[in-house]
Amino acid sequence: MTDQTAPPTQTNPAMDRMKASLARRYAAEKRFQSYGIIAIILALSMLVTLFATIIGTGYTAFVQHTVHLDVTLFPQDIDPEGNRDPEVLARADYQSAVNDALYSLFPEATGRSARRDVRALVSSGANFVIRDMVLDNPELVGQRVSVRVPLATEFDQVLKGNIDPAVDLGVIRERSTDIPWTLPPGERLISEGQADYMQQLVRQGEIDASFNRWFFTNGDSRQPELAGIWGAAVGSFFTLLVTLSLSFPIGVAAAVYLEEFAPKNRWTDIIEVNINNLAAVPSIVFGLLGLAVFLQFFGMPRSAPVVGGLVLTLMTLPTIIIASRAALKSVPPSIREAALGVGASKLQCIFHHVLPLAMPGMLTGTIIGMAQALGETAPLLMIGMVAFVVDIPGSPMDPSTVLPVQIYLWSDSPERGFTERTSAAIMCLLGFLIFMNAAAVLLRKRFERKW
Amino acid sequence: MDTLLVIGAIVILALIGFVMGRQRAIARSGGDPRALHSLPNYHGHFVALWAAVPALVLVVLWLPLEPMLAMNAALDYFQANIADPGNMDTIRQSKLALLLSLDQDATTIDLSELRADQYALLQTEIRNMAAGTASAGHAAFMQEVADYYAGYRNISYILMFAAGVGVAGVGAGLAWRRIAPDMRARNRVEWAVTLFMILCSTVAILTTLGIVLSLLFEALRFFSKIPFTEFLFGLHWSPQTAIREDQVGSTGAFGAVPLFAGTLLISFIAMCVAVPIGLLSAIYMAEYAHSKVRAVVKPLLEILAGIPTVVYGFFAALTVAPFFRDVGESIGLSVSSESALAAGMVMGIMIIPFVSSLSDDVITAVPQSMREGSYGLGATKSETVRRVILPAALPGIVGGVLLAVSRAIGETMIVVMAAGLGSNLTANPLEAVTTVTVQIVTLLVGDQEFDSAKTLAAFALGLMLFVMTLCLNIIALHVVRKYREQYD
Amino acid sequence: MNVQTKDSEQDHGYPDTTVGKPILESDIKVAARDVSVFYGEKQAIKSVSLDVAANEVTAFIGPSGCGKSTFLRALNRMNDTIDICRVTGDIRLDGEDVYDRKVDVVQLRARVGMVFQKPNPFPKSIFENVAYGPRIHGLVSHKSELEEIVHSSLERAGLLNEVKDRLDTPGTGLSGGQQQRLCIARAIAVSPEVILMDEPCSALDPIATAKIEELIDELRANYTIVIVTHSMQQAARVSQRTAFFHLGNLVEMGDTETIFTNPEHRLTQGYITGRFG
Repeated sequence: MTDQTAPPTQTNPAMDRMKASLARRYAAEKRFQSYGIIAIILALSMLVTLFATIIGTGYTAFVQHTVHLDVTLFPQDIDPEGNRDPEVLARADYQSAVNDALYSLFPEATGRSARRDVRALVSSGANFVIRDMVLDNPELVGQRVSVRVPLATEFDQVLKGNIDPAVDLGVIRERSTDIPWTLPPGERLISEGQADYMQQLVRQGEIDASFNRWFFTNGDSRQPELAGIWGAAVGSFFTLLVTLSLSFPIGVAAAVYLEEFAPKNRWTDIIEVNINNLAAVPSIVFGLLGLAVFLQFFGMPRSAPVVGGLVLTLMTLPTIIIASRAALKSVPPSIREAALGVGASKLQCIFHHVLPLAMPGMLTGTIIGMAQALGETAPLLMIGMVAFVVDIPGSPMDPSTVLPVQIYLWSDSPERGFTERTSAAIMCLLGFLIFMNAAAVLLRKRFERKW
Repeated sequence: MDTLLVIGAIVILALIGFVMGRQRAIARSGGDPRALHSLPNYHGHFVALWAAVPALVLVVLWLPLEPMLAMNAALDYFQANIADPGNMDTIRQSKLALLLSLDQDATTIDLSELRADQYALLQTEIRNMAAGTASAGHAAFMQEVADYYAGYRNISYILMFAAGVGVAGVGAGLAWRRIAPDMRARNRVEWAVTLFMILCSTVAILTTLGIVLSLLFEALRFFSKIPFTEFLFGLHWSPQTAIREDQVGSTGAFGAVPLFAGTLLISFIAMCVAVPIGLLSAIYMAEYAHSKVRAVVKPLLEILAGIPTVVYGFFAALTVAPFFRDVGESIGLSVSSESALAAGMVMGIMIIPFVSSLSDDVITAVPQSMREGSYGLGATKSETVRRVILPAALPGIVGGVLLAVSRAIGETMIVVMAAGLGSNLTANPLEAVTTVTVQIVTLLVGDQEFDSAKTLAAFALGLMLFVMTLCLNIIALHVVRKYREQYD
Repeated sequence: MNVQTKDSEQDHGYPDTTVGKPILESDIKVAARDVSVFYGEKQAIKSVSLDVAANEVTAFIGPSGCGKSTFLRALNRMNDTIDICRVTGDIRLDGEDVYDRKVDVVQLRARVGMVFQKPNPFPKSIFENVAYGPRIHGLVSHKSELEEIVHSSLERAGLLNEVKDRLDTPGTGLSGGQQQRLCIARAIAVSPEVILMDEPCSALDPIATAKIEELIDELRANYTIVIVTHSMQQAARVSQRTAFFHLGNLVEMGDTETIFTNPEHRLTQGYITGRFG
């Protein structure tokens, strides 16, 4: 009964037709499958391109070229009265000390224009670096201090290779004569003399590339080499603090009411539809709401994290409510029945039994909502958080900006030095976001329960 | 910060109230807690609520009211003492004229006759001087007003502190006296908690109401200046209104059609990118991919959804737009560096995970029996997908795509950073177009007067945006829900 | 090997399962030898061997979870759609190994059609439901040909008179019994040789069930039918041969009359007399 018996021959004409079409059908199958693979590869390659671009342009921002200066801090210039009053020290003139140190490096530069070229080498914020040193340690006054100050952004960018001096700036890095000057002298960012001085410093080993701590400790600045994300990070922190402390309790309370208490009627139907729709309203509309209601109507301060937090609260509430309701739904009714059965009131049952079980899900939703809020830009533009803020905000009422808005502001700045800083700031922002989302995933994995 | 002090004081009073209420409940029970209707803690909560809630309500009402009262008092003071003709001299007059940008020859200042922007200027000046943040070179007489304002606020702050603490104390005391073994403290506390939850659940409604009312109110003010039909059907958009009446070109044009067209063009390009890629990858994930592949690729795709839009905007402006321009140049096409193509394409990338996860949901919701029925007849996978699963999932997919369109229309940062600013009525994706959201941002960012047609136009655009996305969302959610019901 | 005596079974490694009237070798349509099915680690079918005779109705009976549906799905490789499922052993359709690499699963399923437990018409019109198979297999070149196939399939499924005026209405709008007959028509439309039916009446009311049973009996003339059923009465009514499964094993198989009147195995006896199941 096995293979020896030949199978009865197929005389079914339909079968023959079918066989004829098989090759075509399998080709179509292959084609279709490859469309899917191509789609996925396209999507992933876009992701990779995006990350590669950001990291490729941004990693240089974590390094800053500095020049080594020996600055003499003459007491008569800085603290004539000699009582080391911080007020006086903070307002003293350190620029001349920096200039003197620079001139001593180039004794041959004596003319006015030559000296101007020398001064242009270091950042115009070099004096603040020295001021901060002196404020930290007033004993330095009267001493000769060895200090590293940031190089001005154009030179920093040339040394990092972000600007091709020959093409972009009309400057020749290695002074060979065959590279043409593409820009007329008036439009050059670096003059021939400045390029010479820089070359000299590089040859003397006075220029160093070191970790860019200013990027993490400074607020915003008009000078790329001094601009940092700390101010924006603190602003983001205050904004998120306000958002979290409002949206979590309100969201959880609303979810508990809607899921556990609310009668099923028209009113709760409206609330439910409304929440779903609110989740899909463009974020900029929330910004308009904040502008019209919080700023114009209630007269709250512009640019303040507290207003930003309020706007983002309204924006993230739907996310948190929807996630919290799902978490409450997943707690089986038997738990509620057990608690009610021993005579707990409905509220006790929920607070003692249901909420603790639903909490991981609610927290996950909240973290995801917070991550959304952290990346949000548009509504904050509406309420004036685009202001140029140099100071680090000290409270949620102070004017400040937030990380994504800082990214927007820098990306809009024409200076070349801001491009790498924008990317670096994006890397920091994405770092925070990845951390938050990873926390949400871990939380979900850790407390996932199958009933 | 001072407000925090008041709130802190009230909270401390509430904590004291809690402890005292608890103790009194234990004391009144005669040492036997079973004699109490509610646990001692509930009595504590009861007292604490009576201490905190009325006082906090008072403070919250006071907060927006107080600066307004102070400002009114300061303006009265200004009118009576500073702008009084008896005290007016030429120096003061010229300084005031400078400050408020008055006509130089005005001899008296009547606050009730000031223009709205001048009035706002005066108020800002007073506020800034009182806070010590005004620019240098201010006049001494203005400092006088500012000091008066600051003094008034100081007094009112002390009053608020006293009132807040007083109300908290009285509330706590009254509640404390009512504590008795048979008082239903638990029911009262639970009632308060329930009330709080109800209030919280109405926040969403209030938000919607706030959005609708504020947009509608400002938009109506705009339409009182610019006719609705001109806004809706006008073909020319240039919102540059003159600051002074005598300037050239004082009337801006507010025809929003180029903005709508630009928005639709960019959204269309985005959909052309997002729908095929999102849908095909969702199909592959749901029907073909090995579970291990899915476990890796799905989260990777979802990363795309988690990237902030400002990052996409930067990516578009830094990489994609120059890339298209260079490619265009190399084949002899002139591509704008702010081309709709670049903005739309990056927006499409952003929307891919949105489309793919929604499609994935609806595809996996198609019952397994449909697939088996088709396989059982000898269909290949792709035939099953194309002829059975996709038609069955179509309503759900359409709903998902509609939601994605609504997201594309409302997307702001990508277009702000990568699309054009100038209005341009074209269907050529290589040119720069502007969108509704871009115009809202450019109209409202920076210094602005609240009453100008320019500012109000942003709210009219916002209203249009809200209505458009709301319609799309309602239709989409309805379609998706109907689809779910079909297979539940 | 026409007569499967106990000796010859032992020689060929057959399990001692076949009772009653034997199947002529020339009548064997599907032959399974030592078939095991695994879901991951779990073995759902344990080395089952049986033959299915052409133009007969063979019924698989047994308690829930005994593996009868799994075995049925192994016959046209429907288990391929489940990732973790693995089939070992030998299943031959007209002597051709269906699990052979060279065998095309698409073609196989066109030859071995299937009707499922729950009626699963596609959310398309009645016409499109039946036309689906012929279309994907490229069986027709003209619309008239297609219409003919659809009509004849519906007629053979006994549904034509009920639906001929509304062929363009959705198939999901029919009653449960009509839907199931539509699914049978859909299966017939690709002119299969074998039709597998997985508890086709379990979701239907008694009247609809009676109609389907009647239909099965009529279809026997042209097709080989394998039916999994929960109801012993149904097996007795429609089948010529019955196989009894228990915990993944084929306990015994034989002509229906023998199985129901004079089963050899204690388990079979217990099941058909309703002592367990």
